Amino acid sequence: MSGVDIAGVGIHPFGRFEDRTVTDMGVTAVRAALAEAGLDKGGFQAAFCATAYGGVASGHKVLSRIGMTGMPIVDVEAGCASGGAALMLGAGAIRAGAYDTVLVFGVEKMPKGMIRSSFFEPWQEESGLAATPAYFALRAQRLMQDSGVTKDHLARVVVKNRRHGVHNPDAMFRSEVDAQAVLGSRVVCEPLHLWMLCSPNEGAAAVVLRRAGAGRDGHTTHDTTRLVHLAAAVLRSHLPGSVLNESTPMSGLVDEPVPAPSTLAATAAYEEAGIGPEDLDVVECQDTDAARELLSYEELGLCAPGGAAALSDEGATVVGGRIPVNPSGGLLSKGEPLGASALGQVVTLVHQLRGDAGHNQVDGARVALAHTVGRGANASVVVLTR
Amino acid sequence: MAIGETAPDAGMSDAVPVREGLFTDTAPLRLLGSRCEVCGRHHFPRQDTCPYCAAEGASPVELSGSGRLWSWTTVTTAPPGYRGDVPYGFGVVELPEGLRVVTRLTESDPARLSAGQAMELVVIPVGLAVDDEGGGRPVVTYAFAPEQR
Repeated sequence: MSGVDIAGVGIHPFGRFEDRTVTDMGVTAVRAALAEAGLDKGGFQAAFCATAYGGVASGHKVLSRIGMTGMPIVDVEAGCASGGAALMLGAGAIRAGAYDTVLVFGVEKMPKGMIRSSFFEPWQEESGLAATPAYFALRAQRLMQDSGVTKDHLARVVVKNRRHGVHNPDAMFRSEVDAQAVLGSRVVCEPLHLWMLCSPNEGAAAVVLRRAGAGRDGHTTHDTTRLVHLAAAVLRSHLPGSVLNESTPMSGLVDEPVPAPSTLAATAAYEEAGIGPEDLDVVECQDTDAARELLSYEELGLCAPGGAAALSDEGATVVGGRIPVNPSGGLLSKGEPLGASALGQVVTLVHQLRGDAGHNQVDGARVALAHTVGRGANASVVVLTR
Repeated sequence: MAIGETAPDAGMSDAVPVREGLFTDTAPLRLLGSRCEVCGRHHFPRQDTCPYCAAEGASPVELSGSGRLWSWTTVTTAPPGYRGDVPYGFGVVELPEGLRVVTRLTESDPARLSAGQAMELVVIPVGLAVDDEGGGRPVVTYAFAPEQR
């Protein structure tokens, strides 16, 4: 995607905030991103707001609060990939020549407990088939049967991400855990224990996109040396056939392997960015559960099919390794506010590419990938370069 | 109500399917799927338009009541909208038609299940449909049980 830069990013920490509304959190993230981009009122021509549970006109409520309306404001829902979808739309509009500057943000305040989703029909709920973590568990089970992944590998993903998360001030969980404690936590759905699952929570993130080389209308506070290039922002849905893909079908086919939605998105993103997985310096991927992260290694091409356990054993995915994954701590540390999570990844990777990531900085990072996947199915892959 | 299990041909004549069109109206009850006349692929639940090739007019077909276990887990917390007991088994069973079907399992101990295990269709109650006189008919859904030898 030639010609789109990220001019500013902002985030509201992910966690639980009883005293703040989803609008409050959106305002915090948006103000921070606009300030970084050197924008004040009227500095952007369109806004896309990602949210799954925010309700009617979530984006309008945030921008009304800060007196910035009149431009098109579009709410976008694409499950766990909502932020990636909003980013795709914003970048596409700039590339099409419609706008010079677009605000993309995501807000969420998730219900507590097992998430009730209007995705499932009443008969599925009544039958006990609306058990979202059970679908994750079935996928984990197959990964273990089809490759060398063991429960120890699942535990070690949690240990890695929680260790990374200690240094992320915007994460919900900032303490280390060891493998024994992970495996000692309650079994939610075999083989997944409680600490192997991310927590739905609250938060907001915002990104200002700008056409490369666009004039800034006298906003001289903007620092162009901090620009990060948006090399690709791709969204894909599923192809039918896989019973365990994130579209959560009631059936699939025995034969006819189909590419996963994440693979479809990654393949398109690599092509658009003119890179391959071997060029990546740092990755933030969907770790809804520990097995989901390992599966993402394969689906994004970080390793060959069946190679996730070996990649993990090699220590490649820790900060300091060959291809660090989730240096932010991942969703396992941050929690998952659906609308904000993909943009939260972008915020953290922009910090990485600017060299501002602090303790978990990946030295010399120049090419970064952000990945989300979830119900729909929706999968997004974003490639950032410096 | 405790979750019992019953073979699809063992009574339950007054049972109400949790979803219309889930089962055949034959005895024993079988799952109702469909088969695309153009590409030959099977679907479950039944649908008229083929999700693979978009052809219209898929034929309803009775699906096999026997299959092999492909993946499994246990649900330990009642999911939204479910009023029955926990824990319960949950998995994917492969049917000879080339379909993998997401299903409840009657066995909730994962250690007692194994890949490729022979499974058979059963009907299980998930609630009561209360009529005007205050009587109740069991609402049933489908599940798979380890095959009895």
